[in-house]
Amino acid sequence: MNVDLKRLQPILTRYPKEESSLIMILQDVQAEFNYLPPEILIVVAREIGIPKARIFGVATFYKAFSLEPRGDEIIKVCMGTACHVRGAQLIKDELERQLEVKAGGTTRDLRYSLELVNCVGACAMAPVAIVGDKYHPNLSPDRLKKIIKVKKSK
Amino acid sequence: MKFRSISELRDYAAKANKKREAYTRQVFVCAGPGCLARGGLEIVQALRDELTKRKKDLDRSGIKVGINLGLTETGCHGLCEAGPLVTFEPDKLFYTHVSVKDIPEVVETTILGGKIIPRLLYKISGNGKGIARYTDIPFYSHQTRIALRNVGTIDPKSLDDYLAIGGFKAFYKALTKLTPDQVVDAVDKSKLRGRGGGGYLTGKKWKSCLKAGGDVRYLICNGDEGDPGAFMDRAIMEGDPYAVIEGMMIGAYALQTDKAYIYVRNEYPLAVKHLQLAIDRLREVGLLGKKILGTDFSLNIQINRGGGAFVCGESSALMRSLEGKVGEPRAKYVHSVVAGLYDKPTVLNNVETWTCVVAIINNGADWFARMGTENSSGTKAFSLVGKVKNTGLIEVPMGTSIRHIIYDLGGGIINDRPFKAVQTGGPSGGCLPESKLDLPVDFDTLTQAGSMMGSGGMIVMDDRTCMVDVAKYFVHFLIEESCGKCVPCREGLRQMDIMLDRVVHGNGDESLIGEIERLSDAMKLGSLCALGQSAPNPVMSTLTYFREEYLAHLKDKTCPAGVCKPLITYFINDACTGCMVCARNCPVECISGEKNKLHVIDSEICTRCGICSAVCKFNAVEVY
Repeated sequence: MNVDLKRLQPILTRYPKEESSLIMILQDVQAEFNYLPPEILIVVAREIGIPKARIFGVATFYKAFSLEPRGDEIIKVCMGTACHVRGAQLIKDELERQLEVKAGGTTRDLRYSLELVNCVGACAMAPVAIVGDKYHPNLSPDRLKKIIKVKKSK
Repeated sequence: MKFRSISELRDYAAKANKKREAYTRQVFVCAGPGCLARGGLEIVQALRDELTKRKKDLDRSGIKVGINLGLTETGCHGLCEAGPLVTFEPDKLFYTHVSVKDIPEVVETTILGGKIIPRLLYKISGNGKGIARYTDIPFYSHQTRIALRNVGTIDPKSLDDYLAIGGFKAFYKALTKLTPDQVVDAVDKSKLRGRGGGGYLTGKKWKSCLKAGGDVRYLICNGDEGDPGAFMDRAIMEGDPYAVIEGMMIGAYALQTDKAYIYVRNEYPLAVKHLQLAIDRLREVGLLGKKILGTDFSLNIQINRGGGAFVCGESSALMRSLEGKVGEPRAKYVHSVVAGLYDKPTVLNNVETWTCVVAIINNGADWFARMGTENSSGTKAFSLVGKVKNTGLIEVPMGTSIRHIIYDLGGGIINDRPFKAVQTGGPSGGCLPESKLDLPVDFDTLTQAGSMMGSGGMIVMDDRTCMVDVAKYFVHFLIEESCGKCVPCREGLRQMDIMLDRVVHGNGDESLIGEIERLSDAMKLGSLCALGQSAPNPVMSTLTYFREEYLAHLKDKTCPAGVCKPLITYFINDACTGCMVCARNCPVECISGEKNKLHVIDSEICTRCGICSAVCKFNAVEVY
């Protein structure tokens, strides 16, 4: 895949070129490219002067980072305790079935990625899923169909 | 504008206060995590639009928006269950479940007409009469708010609003009237214990850091609230960011350092936004930066976003993460107060702890120490969630009984089902049964009972929650979050998961329980950091209090709560009216039956997805 290195430049100028900026740089790279393209990581490693192994170590350690391209729209199912006791597992199972991907995967048309998160802090509305930026509170497996259908018809 | 002296700041604060006092009425719209999810922002916009539309009528009644009528988008007000919430001060009028289409009526009847709309009032279930003032609702009347004092009553994006309610008074009191040592002494005397989980004495921590010597020290605010089911810190960072920063400023003055960090969870973008706005504004007015208010005190605060790793809530892992490294904890034979961030003496306190510091300096150490219990002073914020009627954010004095919290503030269990357990302390905590409901909530009592305080998540469970499933849930959570550095945690959790999976499948006999207990002991003794050492807690506490549920899975091959899919069957009872809704919704088409006749589920095909039971209006779908 071709990655436009020019889009990296503004990110690099935002922070001091040292190791302590690494996680913030990677977050911005992910926001810009929707994932962490390996070509970019190599450039970042060179720019801030750390070994490639270390940058890949960090990129794979933290859950927020993905080395694979992700879908246009990210569906995050909250798996916090409050959501769990109110049936988050059923929500996850049903979404996996409808989207035909396992959690952590992306649909083949790159439209949706299905991700699990450990608590988004909206526990009072459990169970919750976030599609893009929108929170969907108090879900049940049958209501899910409407949310996804609405999204698909768009 | 830049404050060059304390008197300039004071004068400005007095002006801000006057402006706020001029509001004869203020409308607060909750934009906390819960209300936001239900459309809080749309409510604010609708109110603004409607007020603009009705400007002529407002003028006629002498109401001027922004002059004597305030409209503020606030942080979490607390009672998320009833959101979106709109509150009116000073009359304390409280509207619940407000929707955009209610707004014209709210403006017409309440703002212009001064009358209450009964439909929007809070109602205790089973009792049709609404309660107008939130201070009369048990959920609020039993609370004592210190850490949450401003959350829900100020505009978190406005420095003026924070100054108007007495913000930064504690800071300039410390700066002008107290020496750094006196500040440390006050925090020490208040007996404040860290609100992040461990409950270490804050004053003692600060003293150790000062004793460590050296000329460089760091100060960190831990906003990596990772415990699932907890959102107190999120609410504080989003709803009262200036208080967190003021606490850190007081801490930095006491510890004589000029470099501080706030580490915020990646999942909390709004918290980052509000904190960053606050820091930028404080820099602009000279409350952060070099030579603050013309004194020799300088401080810079930087925000770092986490990378979505639970273990980074652990102090040594968090510091590695701040350095841009993989967030692995280290053994603590040298404490971080001696060698923390970049191997320099470092004080790390949690968000709630920092806001308590402000209250202690304002009101005195004795005031704080008098509240709560002997060894756990003050109050504690909790997120009360799960199968409880009034879910939301609360703060009560330490020592309050769990029963009082769940039944009086929380209003009891949803649908009045039987209570089974309450989970506290996140993945390091445990589940407490009914027999422990009268325990006072404080650091030591909860630990003795086999759970822990943790950061303040309180998840209520009813008879439809399977305790084996809950234990498995936490083990699964920790497998994902274990950093993998030490073997007892990394491999122990995997083996534990396999064993619990056997229980969930009813695959094994009683001897499996003995194996689980032996493994738990090994993990407790052998793990490097608190994550691994406390990882067996959810399993151990459920084994202690709910052993019969494990036995039911293993011996009787049933899941009494009807949760564990391999052991349950869905069936339709006589209450079925033959409405066909379940059959139409079943994703695998395993429900058969004609209209107006009893339906039947083919359990061979059924995937136990639960849709039929969710859509049935007659409670005809049962699980056994």
